[in-house]
Amino acid sequence: MAAKNVMAITGAEAAAYAMKQIEPDVVAAYPITPQTPIVEYFAKYVADGEVRTEMIPVESEHSAMSAVVGAAAAGARAMTATSSQGLALMSEIVYIASSLRLPIVMGLVNRALSAPINIHCDHSDAMMVRDSGWIQLFCEDAQEVYDLTILAVRLAEHEDVRLPVLVNQDGFIISHGVEPVEVLPDDVVKKFVGELKPVYPLLDTDHPVTYGPLDLYDYYFEHKRQQIEAMKHAYRVFPQIAEEFYEISGRKYNFVEPYRLEDAEYVMVALGSTNGTIKDVVDEMRSEGKKVGLLKIWMFRPFPKPEIQRYLTARKAVVVLDRAASFGAEAPLYEAVKSALYEAAARPVMGSFVYGLGGRDLKPEHVRYAFERAIALDLVADKEEYLGLRD
Amino acid sequence: MAELKKWHELPIAGLIVEPGTARKYRTGDWRVRRPVYDRSKCIDCMFCWFYCPDQAIIQEKGVMKGIDYFYCKGCGVCANVCPKSAIEMRPETEFVGKED
Repeated sequence: MAAKNVMAITGAEAAAYAMKQIEPDVVAAYPITPQTPIVEYFAKYVADGEVRTEMIPVESEHSAMSAVVGAAAAGARAMTATSSQGLALMSEIVYIASSLRLPIVMGLVNRALSAPINIHCDHSDAMMVRDSGWIQLFCEDAQEVYDLTILAVRLAEHEDVRLPVLVNQDGFIISHGVEPVEVLPDDVVKKFVGELKPVYPLLDTDHPVTYGPLDLYDYYFEHKRQQIEAMKHAYRVFPQIAEEFYEISGRKYNFVEPYRLEDAEYVMVALGSTNGTIKDVVDEMRSEGKKVGLLKIWMFRPFPKPEIQRYLTARKAVVVLDRAASFGAEAPLYEAVKSALYEAAARPVMGSFVYGLGGRDLKPEHVRYAFERAIALDLVADKEEYLGLRD
Repeated sequence: MAELKKWHELPIAGLIVEPGTARKYRTGDWRVRRPVYDRSKCIDCMFCWFYCPDQAIIQEKGVMKGIDYFYCKGCGVCANVCPKSAIEMRPETEFVGKED
């Protein structure tokens, strides 16, 4: 392997740089804070002639997703990126992209949904489209943004999957924070993603197809069942693609990342950049002899239930951190983890903590507090609590 | 009704992957009232043929030959435009168990 090429870049630039190396046929995007620098960097690559991508500066996010849906249906490799309100505006077409089984990759720079208006990070945007049929990956840092954006292309386009993928990165925290990112040579990425093999492309006029015809009670259900199956295939295929990515990069991905879990009795579960904070606190508490550990979730949809069961069964306590609320129900990640453990032979004590809404900082002392509550077995499975909230 | 396929027997995404499949679709299933044609009153004016939205009027060289119940949805436009009242709309229940 050639000498490592490490760049000091933000998560946004990492996403854009990955897109440059992927060189999709079409990118249609509309800038929105904090996704804006992805669009800026990529537009510059196009303007400078570094990519041959057709970039469409659309008039709204609804149009951005519509354009990539059209491009993908035509047989192009198509990508976009957005945040928060942008995702909300495109949500009608977000559902259509997955239902039409189009392998679009979209960077989602997580930002709180209005109202009141806020530009900072939480996961309410990602959770809004939780059940939209998109595969969802969550990144801890800029390196993971770069890697998972490249990996997502292969996952989306796999013949048994054919589903769009959201690559989540925490707004500002990852998107605007400069970190060292090890990038691969252009030709290695090109070879890894390969050529898109279009399925039923509209531009193949010798084999005319109809996209999006009326589908009533006699067949709609069957097509939804196919989507459910495609998600199962995504679960099956992801480790194979992750293994191939490991071979070119030396970086290993999976559904989840266990951190100091071997003998851990008290385990925290979280999505996104917060995992970095938790790892520091785990190291600190380990040095104090406390048996704490972390289960980081890389893949949120399809939800890796077998891994949740394998890693969390028979732990003394599990604390789940959610950066989004589900009003009137349990927080999304907590609900999924708790549900997965229903069938566990030995269920841990469980606790749910919502944190960080609208960009509220999660400090190491908050994480430590949640761990200490777990160690004291002072958790109530049915009670949602809040970290960093004034009450 | 045609034999319905199972979820794993279908192309993905509800795509229609060959042209002209509307021909195979029995829109006659939708019919609640059936146009019944009386040849003795017909003057072959072809109004019904012009107006039918489903091309369900059968004609040969300008001569009205009857109604294609595979496609006829029973909208009643033909009966409405017929100047000789040669087409009557009758409840589909009268024809249960009978051949088209």
